[in-house]
Amino acid sequence: MKKKKILKDYFWIIIFFIFIVGSMFINYEPGRQIYINFEKFFIEMILFLPLMFVFVGLFDVWVPKEKVERHVGHEGGITGTFWIILLATFQAGPLYGAFPVAYLLSKKGASPRNIFIYLGAFSCMKLPMLTFEINFLGLKFSLLRTLFSLPVFIIIGIIMEYYLGKDYKVTQPENVKMG
Amino acid sequence: MGLNRYETSCSPVGRLGLNLLFCKEEDKSVLSLTIVFVICLLLSFLTDKQKTYQGCRKGMNMFLSLLPSLLIVLALVSVFLYVMPEKTLSSLLGAKSGFLGVVIAALAGSVALIPGFISYPLAAIFIKRGIPLPTVAVFITTLMMVGIMTMPIEIAYFGKKAAFMRNFLSFIGAFIIGLLIGVFL
Repeated sequence: MKKKKILKDYFWIIIFFIFIVGSMFINYEPGRQIYINFEKFFIEMILFLPLMFVFVGLFDVWVPKEKVERHVGHEGGITGTFWIILLATFQAGPLYGAFPVAYLLSKKGASPRNIFIYLGAFSCMKLPMLTFEINFLGLKFSLLRTLFSLPVFIIIGIIMEYYLGKDYKVTQPENVKMG
Repeated sequence: MGLNRYETSCSPVGRLGLNLLFCKEEDKSVLSLTIVFVICLLLSFLTDKQKTYQGCRKGMNMFLSLLPSLLIVLALVSVFLYVMPEKTLSSLLGAKSGFLGVVIAALAGSVALIPGFISYPLAAIFIKRGIPLPTVAVFITTLMMVGIMTMPIEIAYFGKKAAFMRNFLSFIGAFIIGLLIGVFL
C-alpha cells in the first residue's frame, strides 16, 4: 500500500530519469542539457531545504498558536489587527488552508476587515516562508516586498469591510470536500 | 574561466565540493542563514530535547511530502529552460517587454498553483535569467494572494461577491507592490 503510494508520487520523476539515462546512453544532446540544468537546481535546493524545513518544524512546535488565537476574537481596532497579523505570520500552508481559520475567527467575532487582513497576512507575511524568500531572493528584496505588502493588504481589508458591510460573516461550506 | 571548464568536466560529487569551496557572493547570505538555523536548532535542543525531536520530525515530514512535487517542478523547469531559450523568456517577461511582461507574469501567477517553497526557487531562477525584479515581485504576489484555481473553495466560504472582490483587489495590489519594488530597488 505504502510502496504503491511512493511509486505513484515519484512516477513522473522515474520517467524523467529514464529519459535522462537514455539520453546519456545514446548521446542525445537535449537530454544532456536538460540534465545539466536539473542538476544545478537540484544541488542548490538539496543543500539547504532540509535544514530550512527543520527550522519550520521547530517554529511550529515552539510557537503556541492557541495563545495568540485567544486574543483575536475580543479585541477591536488596532490591537485586534495587530494580533490577527501576528497569528497569520505564525502559520504555514497554502491560502485555502486559511479559509477554515477565517471562518473560526469570524465565528469568534473578528470584524470583516480583520478577517481579510488575516488572509492578506497569511498569504504574504508568513515568517517561516520569509526565511525561504530571503534565502532565494535576497534580504533586501524580501524585506521590501513584505514591507510593501503590509499596507496593501490592510487597505484591501478596509475596502472589503466597506464593500461587504460590518455584519458580513464567513460561512461554513456545506458541500465542499477539502482534499 | 579555468574553474568553469573544470566544473563542466568533473563528476557531480566533485562539482558539489567545488561549489561549496568556491562559494559565490550570493551564497554567503545563504551560508549565514544556515548558521542562524543551526544556532536555533542547538538552542532548541538544549532547552527541550523532546520538543526539538518533535519539530525536526515535523519538518522532515513536510520536506519529504514536498519532495516529489519539488522534483517534478525542477524537472519541468529544466525542460522549460531548454525548450525556451533565455532570449524568448526575456523577450516575454524581460525589461524590453515592458508593462505587457508584468501583465503576463501577473496572469501566470494568478492561475498557477505553486506552493511557496517552490515558487521562491523558481523566482530565483527568473532573476538569474535577467527578469526584472518588479515583474518577479508581481509574479510572487499574485501567486500568493490571487487564486483562480481555488476560487470554488473560496466562494464556498466567503460567497461569490467577497471572493471575486478579494481576488480582484489582490490582483491590483500586486501591481502596486511591483511598482514600489521598481521604485526602490
